[in-house]
Amino acid sequence: MISATQAGLIGAALVGLGLYGLITNPQPLRKILAFNLIGSGVFLMFGIIARKGAAAGFPADPVPQAMVITGIVVAFAASALAIALVLRLYEETGRVTLRPDAWTKPPSDGAGSE
Amino acid sequence: MSVLLALDIGLALLVFAVAARTVFARGAFEAVVDYVAYGLLLSIVWVRLFAVDVALTEAAIGGGVTGVLLVGAAARLRGAETVAAEESPSASLRVVAACLCLLVTAVLAGVVLLLPYPGPTLAPESARHLAETGLGNPVTAVLIAYRGIDTMLEKVVLVLAVVGVWSLAPDRFWGGAPGEARAAQPEPTLAFLAQVLPPIGILVGVHVFWAGADEPGGAFQGGAILAAMWMILMMARLTEAPPISALWLRLLLVAGPVVFLAAGVAGAVIAGGFFAYPPGLAKPLILFIETFMTLTIAVTLPILVAGPPRREPVE
Repeated sequence: MISATQAGLIGAALVGLGLYGLITNPQPLRKILAFNLIGSGVFLMFGIIARKGAAAGFPADPVPQAMVITGIVVAFAASALAIALVLRLYEETGRVTLRPDAWTKPPSDGAGSE
Repeated sequence: MSVLLALDIGLALLVFAVAARTVFARGAFEAVVDYVAYGLLLSIVWVRLFAVDVALTEAAIGGGVTGVLLVGAAARLRGAETVAAEESPSASLRVVAACLCLLVTAVLAGVVLLLPYPGPTLAPESARHLAETGLGNPVTAVLIAYRGIDTMLEKVVLVLAVVGVWSLAPDRFWGGAPGEARAAQPEPTLAFLAQVLPPIGILVGVHVFWAGADEPGGAFQGGAILAAMWMILMMARLTEAPPISALWLRLLLVAGPVVFLAAGVAGAVIAGGFFAYPPGLAKPLILFIETFMTLTIAVTLPILVAGPPRREPVE
């Protein structure tokens, strides 16, 4: 069970790490990556719940495992949609920014001022 | 045991280090490459948790297919990186964010350490009814039988994602083919790989799907391997992404959820419950549904990676 607890702790660390990346990284692509890190951390925590539910001859509870498999596929679908949105934004405007004031000012003004 | 423990700790540190590189890497491209390595390492962690089905899915979809998607996006967005670099948050914001994230991690770690053992589990329940489904793999039984509606709705999510991605196409490209997510001139190595690998890959993909009834594997993992084979062929320019107006493509994209939903409704009439399977016929029915789901996954993943159409339809 030591390795299961350890995997749960990595999961906790990954959620924190991903959250930090999501907040501090200004690029949308990096935010999508960070969001995926959070997701995989949450999945790992499901993994420890599955492992601690080992019973009836199964090494891990199959229900959380099935939920994680579904989750991985849905996370991929969400990432694909997010990336398509970012690419379209880039094609339309020539830049990728999430700054709320970026679209009210002309581009030359918005890039330099802090 | 002590050797395994040392390996586990080493693996944990490695996963964390690669994840940290994903967040702190300078360029988006480096971050993406780190993320692919991270996905593969994570699948080893899943093997250590005795969740081989999840490990296969993570390696194929979390690492592989997502990796192709991200590498393509990072290459296209290269021009946007320098502009975005000027928007970096201030040091004080970074400190506040770090404190917040440490707090979240500490709370989650506390929860992990306080989890009861043995924990609440549905394993005995799923073992009890496994014989009725005719399956040997309890995870497949949960996915297709016990919680069939979740899996069906997840397929609907994939279809919705395709609709969302396609709807980002400019009007004039509607009905056309997605642009190429590959270099103009394919590497000779890639072309060679694309000729050698698919026959083996298709065999492995179909085997993983078929074996999934009793062993680790199933529709998701097998479908993802088939999807990868199609993606290799498209990357090596041996085949083109189909135009989104192609009827066969649209039929394949919805085949999985439609067949699954039809089986669910038929269950309400024949077997006395929505998504119930008639006794004795469960296993053939499950394999029938899974066949269409595998096809749908094999088509949906490359279509999502290919993105919205970028060429005008050829009439």
